[in-house]
Amino acid sequence: MNASALLVRECAGQVLVQDAGRAGLAALGVGSSGAADRASYRLANRLLGNADGAAVLEVVLGGLEVEARGVCWVCVTGAPTPLWVDGRAEPTGAVLALRPGQRLRLGIPANGVRSYLGVRGGFAVTPVLGSAARDTLAELGPPPVQAADVLVLADRVEGPLLVEAVPPTTFADPVVLGVVPGPRDDWFTDPDVLVRETWSVESHSDRVGIRLSGAPPLERRAPEVQLSSEATLRGAIQVPPRGHPVVLGADHPVTGGYPVIGVVVDRDTDRLAQLRPGETVRFSWVQR
Amino acid sequence: MNPRWHPYGDRGLLLEVADTETVVAATDALRALAQVEELVVDLVPAARTVLLVARPGVDPRRLRELLPPPDALVADRPANRAGGGDGPGSADEVEIPVTYDGPDLDEVGELTGLGPAGVVAAHTGGVWRVAFCGFAPGFGYLVGGDPRLEVPRHETPRQRVPVGAVGLAGTFSGVYPRSSPGGWQLIGRTDLVLWDVDRQPPALLAPGTSVRFVDVAGASR
Repeated sequence: MNASALLVRECAGQVLVQDAGRAGLAALGVGSSGAADRASYRLANRLLGNADGAAVLEVVLGGLEVEARGVCWVCVTGAPTPLWVDGRAEPTGAVLALRPGQRLRLGIPANGVRSYLGVRGGFAVTPVLGSAARDTLAELGPPPVQAADVLVLADRVEGPLLVEAVPPTTFADPVVLGVVPGPRDDWFTDPDVLVRETWSVESHSDRVGIRLSGAPPLERRAPEVQLSSEATLRGAIQVPPRGHPVVLGADHPVTGGYPVIGVVVDRDTDRLAQLRPGETVRFSWVQR
Repeated sequence: MNPRWHPYGDRGLLLEVADTETVVAATDALRALAQVEELVVDLVPAARTVLLVARPGVDPRRLRELLPPPDALVADRPANRAGGGDGPGSADEVEIPVTYDGPDLDEVGELTGLGPAGVVAAHTGGVWRVAFCGFAPGFGYLVGGDPRLEVPRHETPRQRVPVGAVGLAGTFSGVYPRSSPGGWQLIGRTDLVLWDVDRQPPALLAPGTSVRFVDVAGASR
């Protein structure tokens, strides 16, 4: 065990411990959860020389301040949040040293939603079903981080520190996500409404799902027919009766009873986690 | 309907079959396949479907080519093994001791025409099987019970169903692994812990598990 720790001085928004998630338990009713933007999560651990699967903090829209107990090497990836170490501006995508007592502050990112604060060695968290990830729907894993929490560092180090910084990621570009049609595209009178229209992200979007509106509803051929619940995956686009799609996220329910018109291709699901309320998104069919 | 594959994004394949009994058979058949063991990370049965999630880097189209045709997955097996081959004491049979004093026992007795004692006899009279899990971690939908026990869900779900409550809904039976809202008809309760994240495996009931309910007051009834 590493003697260093981060003391949480301020925590304004949602801050969750996340890792690569708990795969392989869906048949028991447990989803995989894990980092919503997996590419940014993996980048943080890679820059820090951590083992795959080390636990990080997933921070929604900044508002986090931590103080080092002992020397801590940290790195922030994901949404390009302004960073300060004791008031001095620092970039995301770079490995930073915090000396004992120094404070790291995350401001509100210019775009995107979720930043990943990694530490060299990862955070020491008792795993639940093999993972440190907080599943907000199933309420599994460590509770959300709060002010005054002491986050002890682990020693899941695998390689040397990579001193080079990487360019900050931006999430400002127009978003077009690839979707494989089905399994229930034939339940809709005109499934192409999904790819013809521009959708806007509603405010009550979260790790469970991104809710979309702002376009004509997707109409069902036979609205009276009910679907038996079937298993779902991250990226599945469910269409509830009112016709506005919900794209399932990292903490999606394991099964659902709304027809899935299409499923966002896996690599594009990371981008979903960085969509802000009010932003627009388009889809394009990926034929398989 | 004939069983068929649906695409499910670039990581999944969804097998659709006629009914839940066929889901149980197809799940058994799929689990027995070496290529599923090797290439599939999650196999998730539901009421009329089984989702296969390919391991990272495995193209589900390739997986589909390597699997038998859907008809073969449901063909050479009894449609429903519950109450069949798995006798008492078989390796994955779970015995659930139940106190049959649920708030809906009398109503279920009326709805089914069996009376409370008849409901208990029917519920304990055969071997059930977990068709699929869902709703909450560790909640198994049990099938293959006495068909006379079919009852509708409550029109308005209860705000709070206690942990361990044993219920009926449609042709399913189930046990609440934790306290939650719920609309099932409650006929009894058990002290057995169905879900414990510190236990390996955490769920007592997984798809395929055989279940026998036992009336703990049976001797005095």
